Amino acid sequence: MNGSEFLFLLTGLKWTLFLSAIGFVCGAASGLGIALARTSGIRPLEQATAGYIALFQGTPLLMQLFVVYYGLALVGLKLDAWLSVAIGFTLHASAFLGEIWRGSIEAVPKGQTEAAKALSLGYVSRMRDVILPQALRISLPATIGFLVQLIKGTSLAAIVGFTELARAGTIISNQIFKPLLVFGVVGVLYFLICWPLSLYGARLERRLAAASH
Amino acid sequence: MTDQAAASPAPMITMQGVNKWFGSFQVLTDINLLVRTGEKIVLCGPSGSGKSTLIRCINHLEPYQGGQIVVDGTRLIEDAGVIDAIRREVGMVFQQFNLFPHLTVLENCVLAPMRSRGVSRAEADATARRLLDRVKILNQADKFPAQLSGGQQQRVAIARALCMEPKVMLFDEPTSALDPEMVKEVLDTMVGLAEDGMTMICVTHEMGFARQVADRVIFMASGVIVEEAAPQDFFGNPRHERTRKFLGEILPRH
Repeated sequence: MNGSEFLFLLTGLKWTLFLSAIGFVCGAASGLGIALARTSGIRPLEQATAGYIALFQGTPLLMQLFVVYYGLALVGLKLDAWLSVAIGFTLHASAFLGEIWRGSIEAVPKGQTEAAKALSLGYVSRMRDVILPQALRISLPATIGFLVQLIKGTSLAAIVGFTELARAGTIISNQIFKPLLVFGVVGVLYFLICWPLSLYGARLERRLAAASH
Repeated sequence: MTDQAAASPAPMITMQGVNKWFGSFQVLTDINLLVRTGEKIVLCGPSGSGKSTLIRCINHLEPYQGGQIVVDGTRLIEDAGVIDAIRREVGMVFQQFNLFPHLTVLENCVLAPMRSRGVSRAEADATARRLLDRVKILNQADKFPAQLSGGQQQRVAIARALCMEPKVMLFDEPTSALDPEMVKEVLDTMVGLAEDGMTMICVTHEMGFARQVADRVIFMASGVIVEEAAPQDFFGNPRHERTRKFLGEILPRH
């Protein structure tokens, strides 16, 4: 494998990171909305979001990407591969993050909500100033764990022709006929991204456990 | 009665025929209570008697199903605006303190005045420092709640409630979660508050406190107000058998 081939892999890595970032950021924004709807106490909202979460947790990510890619084309939306993949990952991440954060919001002691109410804080302030900062802290290890899953999950985008790291690896491997070497390098690149995140998540978890004693 | 009422301070809290159920279980039955401005009421009774539920109805932490509650002239109805308005006038102190653990002592105190009264940061800060000083904890203003003892946390909780400049303070067993050596510092703070004329309803088993500051002691059992009397009558000459039994169980420990 020469320099330009390795550089091609790095370009793939760039798209992997880009796709992960988009999926995570957009998924986080809508996931927050889903978590809030899921804990709103408004039954139709809770049921709708529960259904949404069940749907995305109960089907493979690959199938979700297919449905978005071909489904959007079917209804006349001809999107770039990267855009439809980004939409697919956003939907996927929003469901999972929504569920993680629902659990975290519910894990904040009820007394916190009561104290905020007794101080006449409205819903927005109660959530923004009191509940969410605590819920976010509780959710960090699980959130980072999900981010690692998401980064590795982006390799599935290769299937609809999006050239991220895994597909870049396939292309190079087909050129130089050294699949073991190429995918070994691809694996190392994934590992170098995901492992530090996992370590960070584990460290946060330990610190959180220590703080709650 | 009318002559006497004209001479007395205005009612701050009126509860008339208040009923409340948890499912099919009735927790409050036909509660009638009149608290005048500046009055100090101590509510006591066995656990499960509904005394906490009663005061939690006043600031609508619990909804009630029958009768009516009027706070400072405003009738408490199921309306977010009305509930908010009443909560701005009614401070509450909880058994478990319920300080916000991710905020410093000072931030705990300025949050609600800024968010819900629209007070400026500088003004909220000044009020908070004055009240933290009053509960003798100003030197801890920049610490987080977890760095304080239980008694200190409860005093911060009192200061936090006072920062909203409430007209009434509700205390829900404020010393029950404290180690014995910290009970006094919290009670002293409450006595100081009472001496300054605050209208207070305290759910507590601290009968020494009741003797010292209460205008009236109310005894509840099974969701009913059984007896209501001035402290000297309540302790010296309880009329009801259940009150005598309760006092017999609780007083030897004090």
